[in-house]
Formats: sequence, C-alpha cells, structure tokens
Amino acid sequence: MLGWMAWTWPTALLFVGIFTAIGVLILLEVRYPGGQARNGVLGLTTTRGDRLFITLLGSAFIFFAWLGLMGPPLWWPLAISIGWGTFCFWKV
Amino acid sequence: MKKLNQRAWLFVTPVLLLVAFNALIPMMTVVNYSVQETFGDNLFFWQGIDWFEQVLTSERFHKALGRQFLFTFLILIIEVPLGVAIALAMPRQGFWVPFCLVTMALPMLIPWNVVGAMWNIFTLPDIGLLGYFMNHTLGISYDMTQNPLAAWVTIVIMDVWHWTSLVVLLAYAGLVSIPNAYYQAAEIDGASNWAVFRYIQLPKMKTVLTIAILLRFMDSFNIYTEPFVLTGGGPGNSTTLLSIDLVKIALGQFDLGPAAAMSLIYFAITLLASWLFYTLMTMNDNKS
Repeated sequence: MLGWMAWTWPTALLFVGIFTAIGVLILLEVRYPGGQARNGVLGLTTTRGDRLFITLLGSAFIFFAWLGLMGPPLWWPLAISIGWGTFCFWKV
Repeated sequence: MKKLNQRAWLFVTPVLLLVAFNALIPMMTVVNYSVQETFGDNLFFWQGIDWFEQVLTSERFHKALGRQFLFTFLILIIEVPLGVAIALAMPRQGFWVPFCLVTMALPMLIPWNVVGAMWNIFTLPDIGLLGYFMNHTLGISYDMTQNPLAAWVTIVIMDVWHWTSLVVLLAYAGLVSIPNAYYQAAEIDGASNWAVFRYIQLPKMKTVLTIAILLRFMDSFNIYTEPFVLTGGGPGNSTTLLSIDLVKIALGQFDLGPAAAMSLIYFAITLLASWLFYTLMTMNDNKS
C-alpha cells in the first residue's frame, strides 16, 4: 500500500522523530495547558510548539548551509543543530 | 478552573485529513524521493545527501533563486504602495463604490494561464497591441521574446496588473473599517493629510496589509503559470524562476531526486521568509 511512497529507513525515522516530538507536545499540553508561553532572548513570545518549529526549521538551514558551503561529512552541523535546539528550548 | 470544551478539535478533523492527503503525504513522498535515484518503474536506489549537495552547490540553482528573489522584491515594492495609493483614492461611499470594487476585482477573476496568454498576445512585437504600438508607432525596440530586459518588464507589469487588486481590496477593507470619529478628531487637531495617513490610516491597515504582503510574497515566490505561458522562462534562462526550473528538472529531465531535494530547499526558504515576516509584523502586537 505504501510502496508508491518509496520509503527508506532514514526518512521514516525522520518522520517518526517529528511526529513523536509533536505527540510529546500534545501530552505536555494536556498535562500542563497554556503552552508554557514566555518572552525569550530573541524578543519573541514563544510556546513549546514555537520552539520546536524554530528548532526544526533552524536545523534544516544549518544542514543546508553546511552542505552548500563546506560539503559532507555532516557531523558538525549535527552538533550545531543539537546546540541550536538546546538553545531554543532553554532561552528562546 | 473552568473545563475547556475540546469539541472544536472534532470539527477540525476533516480539514486535517484533507491537508494530510493533499499536502502531508505528497510532501513525505518528496522527502523520500530526495535521498534516492530512480529510473522509473517505481524502482529506487539509495543516494544519501548527494542531491542536496548537488542542488546547493549548483550555479543554476543559485541563479534561479536570485531571479526569484528579484522578481518577488520588485512586485512587492510596486504592488504594495500602489495598492495602498489606489485604495486611498477610491470613494468610500456613494454611487461609484460598487463600480470601483468590481473593476478592481476583475483581473483576479481571470485564470493564471489566460493572463499569461493575454499578455503574450498583447506584447508580441508584430501583432500585439502594445508590442506593435511600441515598436512601430513609438519606435522603441521592445521584444519580450528576444530581449531579457523587455521580458522582465513584461512579467513584472503582468503581475502588477493581475495582483495589485488584491492589495487594493484588502487595504480598502482596512480603510472603510476606520470609524469617522478618528477623522473628526484629526480635523479638530488640524492634522495634515500625511499625519492622517501615518497615524490613523496606516496603523489601522497594518493587519490587512500584513496578510496582503504575506499572500503576495508566497504567491509570487511560488509563481509558475503566468511567466511560463508568457515567456516559458526565456529568452535563454533570463526569466526562469525557481518553479519553472523545478518543473524542467522534474518533468523535462525526469530527475526526480534532484527535483525533490530542490523543492525541499525551496519549501524551507518560503517557510522561513513567511515565518520571519509574520513574526516581525506581529511581534509588537503581543506586547501591548
């Protein structure tokens, strides 16, 4: 049934990761409603969902930039992305 | 604490399902394509990040992206001030209101490919009304099939013709919602026309203008049909915008992998620009 979608394990894991993160957000929202809104260092009012969005979009650009400017391997952008995600959930 | 009624989620479900089938699932397929190579027959071979690297370092992509940004910049910088100016000049009550509104709405009712075909015929140098007039009556050399500058002028004017109305109608909706009391207060204070615009009309139009700019940004950044019908991306590659290049790679060359990688990068740029713009425009609203 899913043959036409040409799944691979890495891309499947990527989506499992994203949907798991969204699922965790839903559980957190049910347990602690309100989205934990706060004013971050960037001057934005963000909720947990916003921080996940900024993390994912930022990581995509970190990988694109590294690939375009430096080329593979991609361990460094991975490290930077993890740092960026930590920063987002901690300060933004 | 009052228990929230969660039934609204139930009513959103049909939309979620619709979006899943027309956006999310195709999008996931594109992600899968972007890391594989195929020669048809639904056979795929693992390729890793090669396509992303190829697209990100290709001069062709950089040039198309540059053209895309230039096009979007040009039409925004023309359409937004022009739209606001026209909305300010339109009557706010009386006999001419419906006339103006319908006239303004007309270009938007015309399908994209028809707009492209209209402007193509209109500007052809030997048979088009504008093309013939420019070349044979005024003696100005104007040929959008040969000259890149003429092609650019034509696609920009075409987009302005087609979509300024959207800005006009949104700005007009913002203007008519301003209560008369504001204008009376301004008159008593002896405010100039500029002050009325700057401190009453513009702030009241901010929300609708944000939406207008956002819509125009996304639409123009993803534009395909009109320039494709008008110039086909030519002369040469001078009006090959991102979407035209993407279709050439995906359907012309049947390079589904690189095309998928390119569309994901394209999507990320659109998403980032829209998010940045919306966040910056609404940032101060939350504080007050």
